Amino acid sequence: MDVSRIVIAGLGAVSPAGWNVAALREALAKGEPLPVQSVERPGWQKPLRARLVPNPVPRPEFLAHPRLRRTSPVTHYAAAAALEATACLRASPEVKRRLGLIVCLQAGCVQYTCRFFDETLKNPATASPLLFPETVYAAPGSHIAALLKDVTLVYSLVGDPASFLQGIALGAQWLEEKRVDACLVIGAEELNWILADALRYFDRSAILTSGAGALCLCRENEVAAGVKLATITDAHTYSMHRNRNLAARNMRRQLDGGTAGELLYDGLGGSPRADEAERTAWKDWSGVRLSPKRILGEGLMAAAAWQCVAACDAIANGRSTAANVSLVGSNQQTIGARFVRTSPSISHLSASGDAGNIPA
Amino acid sequence: MLFPFPPSAAAPRIVITGAGIVTALGIGWKPNAEGFRAGRRAFRPVSLFDVSRQRAKVAAEVDLPVTLPQTTLNARQTARLDRAGMMLLLAANEAWRQAGWESTENLPLVLGTTSGGMTLGEAYFRQALQTPLRKRRQPTRAVYYQAQVQARTVLDAFDSSGPITIISNACASGSNAVGHAWDLIRSGQAECVFAGGYDALSELVFSGFDALQALSPTVCRPFDARRDGLALGEGATMITLETLEHARRRNAPILGELIAYSTSIDHHHLTQPHPQGDTTLKVMSQACATAGIAPTDVDYINAHGTGTVLNDSSEALAIGRWAGSRATTLPVSSTKANVGHLLGAAGAVEAVVCLMALREQWLPTQGAFESPDPACNFPIVNKPRDARINVALSNSFGFGGVNATLIFRRWT
Repeated sequence: MDVSRIVIAGLGAVSPAGWNVAALREALAKGEPLPVQSVERPGWQKPLRARLVPNPVPRPEFLAHPRLRRTSPVTHYAAAAALEATACLRASPEVKRRLGLIVCLQAGCVQYTCRFFDETLKNPATASPLLFPETVYAAPGSHIAALLKDVTLVYSLVGDPASFLQGIALGAQWLEEKRVDACLVIGAEELNWILADALRYFDRSAILTSGAGALCLCRENEVAAGVKLATITDAHTYSMHRNRNLAARNMRRQLDGGTAGELLYDGLGGSPRADEAERTAWKDWSGVRLSPKRILGEGLMAAAAWQCVAACDAIANGRSTAANVSLVGSNQQTIGARFVRTSPSISHLSASGDAGNIPA
Repeated sequence: MLFPFPPSAAAPRIVITGAGIVTALGIGWKPNAEGFRAGRRAFRPVSLFDVSRQRAKVAAEVDLPVTLPQTTLNARQTARLDRAGMMLLLAANEAWRQAGWESTENLPLVLGTTSGGMTLGEAYFRQALQTPLRKRRQPTRAVYYQAQVQARTVLDAFDSSGPITIISNACASGSNAVGHAWDLIRSGQAECVFAGGYDALSELVFSGFDALQALSPTVCRPFDARRDGLALGEGATMITLETLEHARRRNAPILGELIAYSTSIDHHHLTQPHPQGDTTLKVMSQACATAGIAPTDVDYINAHGTGTVLNDSSEALAIGRWAGSRATTLPVSSTKANVGHLLGAAGAVEAVVCLMALREQWLPTQGAFESPDPACNFPIVNKPRDARINVALSNSFGFGGVNATLIFRRWT
């Protein structure tokens, strides 16, 4: 029996494809890897490769908000995704909702952290006090809470990309306990040379990218929405003592599906070594399979969020009645999720998709 | 499954059966209890990195032992631990042994931290810039820098496994971690949770607070009229939380009961609290409502009390508004005057300080305090004294505005 009461009321995304869900959808539909740009690496003649988020044209008005003027890109991406995902809530401003906010990060605010530490090494007496507060993991969540105003509860979660589904589970818990009336879960990252440099040690073929993805969760009886959260598996932790492949297989076993027409949004990026556990775990899958990282790049927590956004968007657009998301994290755990359609008469997103909301 | 949740039942009572603590006062319950009771201060000139060009020169550094306790970690894993990871392991080992827990496959671990393995990140950055072609040790630094890997190592140390949650709500992280563990048990998602907080001193963070001119160039004196900033420390705390029923089944010793947790967000500013302490008032009131107690039932407050001008006046006003007439007799202290601000570890360490006070029936003595700020209408505990304490409340606030309150009850 399906006892889920949590629906996905809105989606948001910023990716190398652009500043909304529609751009993400279009890039994934096209199926071609996005162009790669160069990132200068100090001390090296050859630059590193990355997929950069394009500058938004025109510059979004919200970036002029006093709390966002000096923030680093991760906050800009997360805020844009947050606004898109909560457009459905702002459509009825007369309804006062207590909003929960969970921001999931793996690398976090690396740009200002590196800038500030560089300044510290050169001369701590002149290191900028404006930069330091923006280096903390909690900074994006704080700024977005100030931007959205109705936020009453905020957690910043750190972990490998599978943690994004822990964030979704936590949001669902806050909703079920009626601590909030809607909960926004965001996965976001920014990139710089040091992150691209570190990634090379583990996966030379991976191309780093950045951005954000957001899901706005609500209780089913309070918002009309077309996509429902059906299942989030256990968190299958792995370590030096516990096998990653086994953790991936255990995650797979807890998810249903695989019938024709169902979708799987996996995290395969094209590296035989990094992909092995996930590829093996899902070898029995007979439904349609999509691998957003092959098109967008390795976006760490943002990539996990894009997988969920893309899965929900596909259901909302009538491309399937159910979609599984497989997150085999880089150094912590594997978690999977299943999203399903709430009713057979689902409406489709608007052509532009700018609002990011999922009508029932 | 993380979702859907198990059918809800009556929320269980939640007790603490093990506590491990590492601060500059020492490693373990005993030296810390003695130090907090006596109001000992543990600051000294910073030796971990160069502070010659910083305004502040002191911090509360931990003296780490030469050898780490015997666990199921192999030599390779132990060798890879940085300072933060070692403190975390020491605290975890003490709590685990005290609780008498055994290895298990589904033990949730919840940690609060602000910077995880920052010293490894700093080393990575230095080497990447200074010797850009040298790769030695860089992959290990890139992995062990991450808090989830340090958390995973804790579970490995006790041959256990389970979901790991890392909360990084700045300086409220430790309280949020303990509170989230409480939430997980209350909601029926777990019967036992291992929780705590940790942070090590690092050059970047020290420089950051110094750049903000938030560090005291003199002496950290929370709630003092002449206070001029905070002092940094480092440390770790782990506690074992379980349902009362589970603890009784095992005949486990009980250190205290966690009876409430509340958290909220202050939208006022990224680094400054609301001047009237509105959000602090809210979380303290919510926590009391959850616990079913009134301010008159609270016997001691371990304040966030950083020693900065803005934090302490805001918190003092909030405590005064919340406690009403009770404030004038309600003992308050900030143990950050003794061991510094432990950032992501602070809330968890202060939770254990509350447990010490409840168990041993004394008031934690604030290490430095002369004349009260006019906003303080409550007594600051600045002389060691025994007291009858049944309920203790701990406040934590972080950069970004997250406020958290935990309330503990004595176990008799």
